[in-house]
Amino acid sequence: MPGKPVLHYFDGRGRMEPIRWLLAAAGVEFEENFLKTRDDLARLRSDGSLMFEQVPMVEIDGMKLVQTKAILNYIATKYNLYGKDMKERALIDMYAEGVADLELMVLYYPYMPPGEKEASLAKIKDKARNRYFPAYEKVLKSHGQDYLVGNKLSRADVSLVELLYHVEEMDPGIVDNFPLLKALRTRVSNLPTVKKFLQPGSQRKPFDDEKCVESAKKIFS
Amino acid sequence: MAEKPLFHYDEARGRMESVRWLLAAAGVEYEEKFIHTNEDLEKLRSDGVLMFQQVPMVEVDGMKLVQTRAIMNYFSSKYNLYGKDMKERALIDMYSEGLADLNEMFILYPFDPPGVKEANIALMKEKATNRYFPAFEKVFESHGQDYLVGNKLSKADVHLVEMIYNMEELDTNILANFPLLQALKTRISDMPTIKKFLQPGSQRQPPVDEKSIQKTRKIFKF
Repeated sequence: MPGKPVLHYFDGRGRMEPIRWLLAAAGVEFEENFLKTRDDLARLRSDGSLMFEQVPMVEIDGMKLVQTKAILNYIATKYNLYGKDMKERALIDMYAEGVADLELMVLYYPYMPPGEKEASLAKIKDKARNRYFPAYEKVLKSHGQDYLVGNKLSRADVSLVELLYHVEEMDPGIVDNFPLLKALRTRVSNLPTVKKFLQPGSQRKPFDDEKCVESAKKIFS
Repeated sequence: MAEKPLFHYDEARGRMESVRWLLAAAGVEYEEKFIHTNEDLEKLRSDGVLMFQQVPMVEVDGMKLVQTRAIMNYFSSKYNLYGKDMKERALIDMYSEGLADLNEMFILYPFDPPGVKEANIALMKEKATNRYFPAFEKVFESHGQDYLVGNKLSKADVHLVEMIYNMEELDTNILANFPLLQALKTRISDMPTIKKFLQPGSQRQPPVDEKSIQKTRKIFKF
């Protein structure tokens, strides 16, 4: 049987965290190779493992896949988290792309210069409260089902719930204004595979603290 | 028969141009309803047809799709430009996502202030020459086929050729060291539907100029 996927990234959330969440939700065990130094990254580059000289990179099924969305699409397809047909995939993609846009702002926040953090946080809160969360609440309200698409768990649900956790770290209680999102979060969080991932000691990564930011800058700058 | 897809965007390349290229390659006719003013955009928003209050939006097959990738992936699937299986799609996505990173810089640089703009042009040329184009040249060297994946046209090929044209606007000689990319550019450009798209009067949008920058700023208020 094929070995476990191997994830190559630094020991932090960054652009690999959505992949960890999706693999965990799918019940897929994975290994992690943490980059700790610039030399670690340089070695991956020089041995030709990184098509565009960048991580995340995931070794899976004989491929060395880079680019977060390519990796997520592959995992979602493989583990039946990408809808049943072309139209469901279109909706899933639309929803997942919206999540990715807000998640990117959240991802960058810890790395911003101190003078810009306040404005960035205000923007994240505003967009979460007034643009993104209302849109997803409306989807759930319109069809009254347990999941965003096709009445079945998809990668869109997983990435949205991940986002809810991350934004709530920055804006406590924000989800209280969105009862259907809150219910979705509870539902997904209680899936055995996700519940395990949410326990201490799992491969889930914490919010990037100062030490993590310094470590990342050392590797990538 | 199904209606033609209807595109909602301003009369500019921006985030819709890759979709225009893709449908041109697929030989699919579409219509465009251009947003000319902020009021046009606000009307779409208040009509509730923009999930995240943003364009591009494409009306297709009963859906009002937003988000460029969702639109691109849907059309790629529909018109058989997305590989024959899961692994081919993974490669196509990897290639397209790399190109999307470069394209993001290309879409945004005309709006940069002087100084920043020149730095970003230099950065794009450097990345194209030293990172992206070598990676794709190597793909062709390794399999010796006419297209990036599965010996068949895919969205990755179309996107790559679009980016080649874009980078050549910055540096006409940028492909000098990449003979296999030159061959791909010729091959794709000679397809009847792309050849037509490259002619004046097609739905291809011109390079950004000062007038269109001002118009875009007024529409999106930035």
